[in-house]
Amino acid sequence: MKSTVAMTVNGEARKVEVPPMKRLLDVLREDFHLTGAKEGCGEGECGACAVLVDGELVNSCLVPILQANGTRICTIEGVSTEGRLHPIQQCFLGEGGAQCGICTPGMILATHHLLEKHPNPTLEQIQEGLAGNLCRCTGYMRIFEAVQKAVEAQHAI
Amino acid sequence: MRSDVAAYELSAPTNLQTVLKQLAAEPGRHALIAGGTELMVALNTGRLESKELLSIQHLRELRFIRTEADAIHIGAGTTFSDIRRNEAIAAELPLMIRAASWTGSIANQNRGTIGGNICNASPAADTPPVLLAYEASVTMVSLRGERTIPYSQFHLGYKRTVLQPDEIVYSVSVPRSYGEWKQYIRKVGTRNAQAISKAAIAAVANVQANRIEEIRIGAASLADRPLRCASAEAALRGRSLEERALEDTIRAGRAALAREAKPIDDIRSTAMYRRAVAENLLEEFLRQLCS
Repeated sequence: MKSTVAMTVNGEARKVEVPPMKRLLDVLREDFHLTGAKEGCGEGECGACAVLVDGELVNSCLVPILQANGTRICTIEGVSTEGRLHPIQQCFLGEGGAQCGICTPGMILATHHLLEKHPNPTLEQIQEGLAGNLCRCTGYMRIFEAVQKAVEAQHAI
Repeated sequence: MRSDVAAYELSAPTNLQTVLKQLAAEPGRHALIAGGTELMVALNTGRLESKELLSIQHLRELRFIRTEADAIHIGAGTTFSDIRRNEAIAAELPLMIRAASWTGSIANQNRGTIGGNICNASPAADTPPVLLAYEASVTMVSLRGERTIPYSQFHLGYKRTVLQPDEIVYSVSVPRSYGEWKQYIRKVGTRNAQAISKAAIAAVANVQANRIEEIRIGAASLADRPLRCASAEAALRGRSLEERALEDTIRAGRAALAREAKPIDDIRSTAMYRRAVAENLLEEFLRQLCS
């Protein structure tokens, strides 16, 4: 059984015909060739597959595609504009908040979501906002510093 | 092993009435999926048995928080993020906010629902001890009608509830009578974020003149279901918190809790540790009541 599912992905209207229980993560990667979202654990624990659905951070490995019908989706590919990095990305780069890069798309989107909800987050809020994103390289300190820099950058605009 | 997604059917009925009709037409045939934070994990690990699913994630009818004179009614499709953002809940039912904030990561709180959480019926879930301590009730609907029961009667055993195959949880209602009560919650897990509890206690108490007039205690990971600690409550009701009586009160509470707790050894902890931690948490609450 296949379902037709329509959604807006990074500002572009997209349509697919796939099994309705196919994971949003797999549709993004296999059908749309947007491979920024990664599969880590496949159980909603690691956040490597995190994307924004209607502005809310979700783990795309836990979303059956039918539930994404009619939604607006933002992946890491939609964060930069016209080839220019988003300030959050720039701060991760500048502070060494990315190493192997597997967790980075999820980290960036989780940061995006955090700053939408809390424009001036405390360190505790930053830690909570990123608690669902596991990194096995950086030890998190540089990531937290990158987020703090992103907060400053945001206010400088 | 991951499941073959093509073997599963999923549809998204446009309203609750249609869901109820489908459930009534063939009870037990369909499984309901809301935020997917449990069922999709089962799918990804090849453990999702139901091959036909109905999505209720989009049903606005199930996603509400209504504050009425005597209770706050929370629709089954309300997410943990919705709960955390609600001012009335934050002001009056702070334990709900704490438990919601412990339920997985932000991404999972954005998807996971309170209805899904109690229907999943894990004895380790974070919100059930709070619902037990607050004496919440659960409303279920089917084509046959509606019924409301105390939440303490909802769970029948490990992953078993009173919910019938043609029924759906509609809402959870929490009384608004705890303004003057002392409230407590603490969870012990491996780490702060995203850990499943080794043991957790939520409790509320009405203390008058250093005497426990009323106390209600809910616990996670101490039995095959979320546990209302009725024996500990009975042992503590009417007890004094005066300095000369406090140690006796604590001993009585600990002993009663130890008797009714039936924890197990599993990958997360041992029965002995869980029982000891639960007793310590209860003691911590009782000592806080004096201050």
